[in-house]
Amino acid sequence: MTLLDVRQLRVSFHTRNGVVQAVDDVSFAVSQGRTLGIVGESGSGKSVCCYALLGLIPMPPGRLDGGQALFDGRNLLTLPPAELRRVRGNEIAMIFQDPMTCLNPFLTVGEQMMEPLLYHRGASRLQARERALALLEEVGIREPQRSIDAYPHQFSGGMRQRVMIAMALIAEPRLLIADEPTTALDVTVQQQILQLIADLRERRNLALIFISHDLGVVSALADDVLVMQRGRAVEQGPATQLFAAPRSDYTRQLLAAIPRGAKTAPSLAQPQALLEVRGLTVEFRSQQGTLRAVDDVSFDLQRGEVLGLVGESGSGKSSLGRSLLGLVRAGGSVRYAGEELLGKSSAQWRPWRRRMQMIFQDPYASLNPRMTIFDTLAEPLLWHGLADRSTVERSVLALMDDVGLARAHVRKYPHEFSGGQRQRIAIGRALATKPEFVVADEPVSALDVTIQKQILELLQQLVARHGLSMLFISHDLAVVRSLCDRVLVLRRGRLVEQAATERLWAAPEADYTRQLLAAAAPAL
Amino acid sequence: MWRFIASRLLQAVPVLITVVTLTFFLVRFAPGGPFDGEKTVLPEVKRALEAQYRLDQPLWSQYLSYWGDLLHGDFGPSFRYPGRSVNELIAAGLPATTELAFYALLVAVVVGMGAGLAAALRPNSWRDYLPMALAMIGICMPTLLLGPLLVLVFGIELEWLPVSGWGDLPGDKILPSLTLGAAYAAYVARLTRGGMLEVLSQDYIRTARAKGLPEAVIIGKHALRGGVIPVVAFLGPAFAGLLCGSFVVETVFQIPGLGRLFVQAAFNRDYTMILGSTVFFAVLIVVFNLASDLLAAWLNPRVRGALRGQS
Repeated sequence: MTLLDVRQLRVSFHTRNGVVQAVDDVSFAVSQGRTLGIVGESGSGKSVCCYALLGLIPMPPGRLDGGQALFDGRNLLTLPPAELRRVRGNEIAMIFQDPMTCLNPFLTVGEQMMEPLLYHRGASRLQARERALALLEEVGIREPQRSIDAYPHQFSGGMRQRVMIAMALIAEPRLLIADEPTTALDVTVQQQILQLIADLRERRNLALIFISHDLGVVSALADDVLVMQRGRAVEQGPATQLFAAPRSDYTRQLLAAIPRGAKTAPSLAQPQALLEVRGLTVEFRSQQGTLRAVDDVSFDLQRGEVLGLVGESGSGKSSLGRSLLGLVRAGGSVRYAGEELLGKSSAQWRPWRRRMQMIFQDPYASLNPRMTIFDTLAEPLLWHGLADRSTVERSVLALMDDVGLARAHVRKYPHEFSGGQRQRIAIGRALATKPEFVVADEPVSALDVTIQKQILELLQQLVARHGLSMLFISHDLAVVRSLCDRVLVLRRGRLVEQAATERLWAAPEADYTRQLLAAAAPAL
Repeated sequence: MWRFIASRLLQAVPVLITVVTLTFFLVRFAPGGPFDGEKTVLPEVKRALEAQYRLDQPLWSQYLSYWGDLLHGDFGPSFRYPGRSVNELIAAGLPATTELAFYALLVAVVVGMGAGLAAALRPNSWRDYLPMALAMIGICMPTLLLGPLLVLVFGIELEWLPVSGWGDLPGDKILPSLTLGAAYAAYVARLTRGGMLEVLSQDYIRTARAKGLPEAVIIGKHALRGGVIPVVAFLGPAFAGLLCGSFVVETVFQIPGLGRLFVQAAFNRDYTMILGSTVFFAVLIVVFNLASDLLAAWLNPRVRGALRGQS
């Protein structure tokens, strides 16, 4: 039986910069016990169409332009605010992407979990607390009696998402909307949360709408899929059919963009170590004590090699990458082309900075918003004396050609570019000094999958064209496999395993590596 | 927790030493002395007076002996009010000033938070612009101007309230409290608005909405706790500021408080009185800043946990 039937939904945002049609004539339905996956890249309107149903879009600037959403016979879009409020959290519940920011840091998790029962069901505090304890137990929180009076910051990310799920289900809703519920989590935790959601759905015969950018995750969970692009429904249908034989070009493009399989480009590694790391240790001191972020790590990187560094959040992979470039203080030894780098003063570092560069994860945060692209790219050239006033323009334009940016954009500011273009700028900035060695720290994690594919291709071309050696840091094993010659696996600051990529995939030695690979295997 | 308090108090020690030293030498190097009044004093009388108050000794020895007294909690005798100690004078002026500061703070918190909340709940509407415009005026308007203006309107034209005094007539505390509290109310309003707007844009407020909580619960229970932290952190410095900054209001409304004593002491070159009040105010500022920092930290479970872990 159809529980929610959305027809021709249209939502727009009216801002000073004009009107954005966020959802344009989208229809979908979901029945009891079934799961609808809504897939799309950022800005596709996949979240907006669900928020609109529950009146969670601020209006203005948002505006409902039309359509209807029949939930159990009632049109949610025309319900008076007080009645819609009684639907929210009671009959339709939501869980969100980032469990770090979605729970109130000022209230205990128990208090927050009890609220739907207190305000929708008129339960007593005692009854609500009993239910909250039972739910915590059901979602797999250890020691519910103690955890219920703890604050969100006392839980890990995965545990918080479990609390979030328990809170959403406490009033026994019939429809659960999950908006990217595992995107902020590590792969092994992601797998556990997906399993939990699947179990709870079975047990309660829930209708589920699962919003995600990740086709692999959606294919594992959804019965039906809706693919959205720029506010429009591009394709929808049963999941098996849609993934096996996609009808629209866009779906095909999305599927093709998922990195899979071994590296296709030949390895350019030469039998000569460029970087020799021995006993590298990075420590952070705080009032709580000393945290050893990188613990006695040793490895070599060959000239021309692309070396992957994988690990979950907090494993110390970023600290490791930064310590190689002297951006954080480290102990041990880092020899680059035979020369010891650790212990150099910043003045001594200067000539080496030209030869070693870094690409950061977030191209929104790592570019100075007050500098034009020209300024950003010209600065390292001028600073390192690679160009002077008369030649700098030519060098900058050549650099833009190199990373695939149109020359006409040279006087624009970062905010005028898309995420993918910004990452091209950031790559251009790193390559400006013609370095031999680049540390790329999660360079594609903030990007949509189609853009990710383009940037990965660009990196591969640049490695070949300029004979670069690269340390490629990522949490995404599929990406690492498609790009790297050899892989280091880091866990809690320690090197668990290092091996040639395909050997690692074929025969992982460490338990942890096996766990990671199992969790990351896409269902597709 | 105790370590945090202890370390903050320790940090205050160099501050207080600097305050005492700077004030001591500044007033000494200001032209004139405590016994250079309009009346001509016989040279031998003046010498006797100076000997009595140790003013004939070298400056450094006066400085050291002042520290000796200070460490015993003794601010010394007043130079201008013979037979009375600075401690007595401060104790006499303190009640009126404290009461005034307290009412002014009440005005600031009630009016300020009300206006700030109203503004934050309807941002960029007239309910936001009107209180914020008033707050801007409130911050810009000096008490020296606001006091007489209020007196003119409510005391003289409308004859609703007494124009001066403190505790003599019913309602004579209203105008001074309003005058002193206005600027702080304006500041509190801006802090409240900023804090609330920031909290209301947080993801966990969206979660609360998605749970279908009534709007009053979302504001009162989920948003207010985080939203008022900047206000709470400001309360300490504000109360200290109200205590120390009341001399204009005390003068305008003829209130026998500390502020007036302080100003008179400066005019009279009453060295010990100036020093005594300055040190007293400095201690108050340190203590109230610490108190409000602790309170603000306590409101945040995360910091609370960290503080507990330390103790």
